[in-house]
Amino acid sequence: MAVKFVIQRFDSEKDSAPRMEEFNLEIPKGATLLDCINLIKWEQDGTLTLRMSCRSAICGSCAMRVNGHARLACKTQAVDVVTDNKVVIAPLGNFPVIKDLVVDLEPFWASLERIDPWLKPNESVKWERERLQTHDDEKLIDDASTCILCASCYSDCNVMEVDKNYMGPATLAKAQRFVFDTRDVKTKERLDQLNELTGIWDCTHCAECSTRCPTDTKPLARITELKARSMEHGYSNSAGSRHVLAFRESIPGKYPGTGGGLINENYIPPRSLGFFNIPALIGILPVGIRMMIRGKMPPLLPHTIEKFDEIKRMFGRFKEYLK
Amino acid sequence: MKYALFTGCVAKGAGRELLTATMIVADKLGIELIDMKDASCCGAGVVHEDNPRLADAINMRTFSLAEEQGLDIITICGTCQGVMRRVQIRCEQKPDYMKEVNAELKKDTGREYQGKVKVKHLYEVIAEEYGFDKLAEKVTKKLTGLKVGPYYGCYALRPHESSDVSVPDRPEMLEKAIEAVGATVVKWESMQKCCGFPILMPNKTNSLALAGNVLNGAVEEGADCLVTPCPLCHLNLDSYQPEIDSLKAEIPVLHYPQMLALALGASPSQLNLDSHIVQAAKIMESVKA
Repeated sequence: MAVKFVIQRFDSEKDSAPRMEEFNLEIPKGATLLDCINLIKWEQDGTLTLRMSCRSAICGSCAMRVNGHARLACKTQAVDVVTDNKVVIAPLGNFPVIKDLVVDLEPFWASLERIDPWLKPNESVKWERERLQTHDDEKLIDDASTCILCASCYSDCNVMEVDKNYMGPATLAKAQRFVFDTRDVKTKERLDQLNELTGIWDCTHCAECSTRCPTDTKPLARITELKARSMEHGYSNSAGSRHVLAFRESIPGKYPGTGGGLINENYIPPRSLGFFNIPALIGILPVGIRMMIRGKMPPLLPHTIEKFDEIKRMFGRFKEYLK
Repeated sequence: MKYALFTGCVAKGAGRELLTATMIVADKLGIELIDMKDASCCGAGVVHEDNPRLADAINMRTFSLAEEQGLDIITICGTCQGVMRRVQIRCEQKPDYMKEVNAELKKDTGREYQGKVKVKHLYEVIAEEYGFDKLAEKVTKKLTGLKVGPYYGCYALRPHESSDVSVPDRPEMLEKAIEAVGATVVKWESMQKCCGFPILMPNKTNSLALAGNVLNGAVEEGADCLVTPCPLCHLNLDSYQPEIDSLKAEIPVLHYPQMLALALGASPSQLNLDSHIVQAAKIMESVKA
């Protein structure tokens, strides 16, 4: 199949802006995208620069954007990504570009270092051999342990685009790997950090990370587990965790007027921001006024569903469902 | 065609105009909708961050209600639909888990989910069951000349939190609906990005920056309006526009059924288009007679 490869070129030492360059290539049968890029490099332009190593989706080096989304070039059959006889290749997003498809991964490593990505066991226990785990305990961290640090998630993370201080999906998934490790004793310290701004509650669950992740790490699922674990530990120091509490209280109408099976939308914002958080409450006044003027304010009394008692009973046994 | 209608919370709260438009569309297209008066909130993905089994259970209760009615469920909220789909996938993939949660659900409600109900958003029903040709035949007011940006929202585009089902696999259900009503599809680079609504409470700055990215891209491509199947996306993209500093120009945002209803002959006032923060009735000026 003869295909046009449109590849972003840029040399940070010479160029002021990136440009797109076209290469024509006959895709050999069974070739991966990495095979094709190598063919272009070897046969057409030796200056084309990229990272690669294992060719087996283990080292994570060859992540790049293919038709706008991050993928491992070595794990992608070239013919699968051809549309209109064309493949568009660019470096990972959310990183400064060094040359062509090579980005500066320093912000990724710096983010990872923030969470002390190593096991902190109880040092006073003398282990005879290794620190063993049961199979069930290991299963809790199995998925996150498959991360190959390819940074595909970081590249396509929507929040990272607007806030470079956000920890990002790979870092949060790695944090799950240690919070859920039954041998790690620093759970509280780790959760304290993750519940601060730039941590788990800043994730907008757009699911880009899990969609682009080439392993079983699936960061969004891990972030959701960290949130649930934080709630189990009673965290309520962030608007994110209080937002969860607002739903826990509103759906079963824990306090009069707060909900009736459906949530009372008037209850959620002040409960999340904090009833005494005056600056934040003043901050939501404008939208409240705008909505009131347009007749969009939710009814003051909550909509109550028929058979509401069933929902009340379910939330009444909240802890039994957690088991 | 007859469905159990799961409205979600917003269509009975801050987005009542969505329900109004839905009922007009159903009437014009001959789709019978039976309101699920005893269905609860789906948890909006938030209850899943608190108590995943309880969150699944409240949705399985909703499914069992539809099973009792002998009807499939139609939703009008992209988030509800995404949350409910994830519950259904878990039930399909893990029958033992489904059995366990059913046992708890039965203790509280006497109900059990049998695994028989389908959940579809209205836009999926139009695409997969009603048909775009039939929709085009029913159009009485073609929206010729109107440039519409389809904004699906994350739950529709990326339905799984733990698998890699990706965007290109999904047929262009909104695009084809836009064409069926005679309008023109506008695509832009950030059309598949998040609107930011889920982090509006914990991080308003980031939330509105995300909304700004989505809106500015559509403005730059010359869209007259956006159309979305998710009322939560609608809340962030419409209600907060006056507070987005980076916004290049105001742009109205329609609920999906509002666009259909306009083409089926409903007037802007019937649809309460003036309840939007960014006035949406003016888009009709772009429609060529």
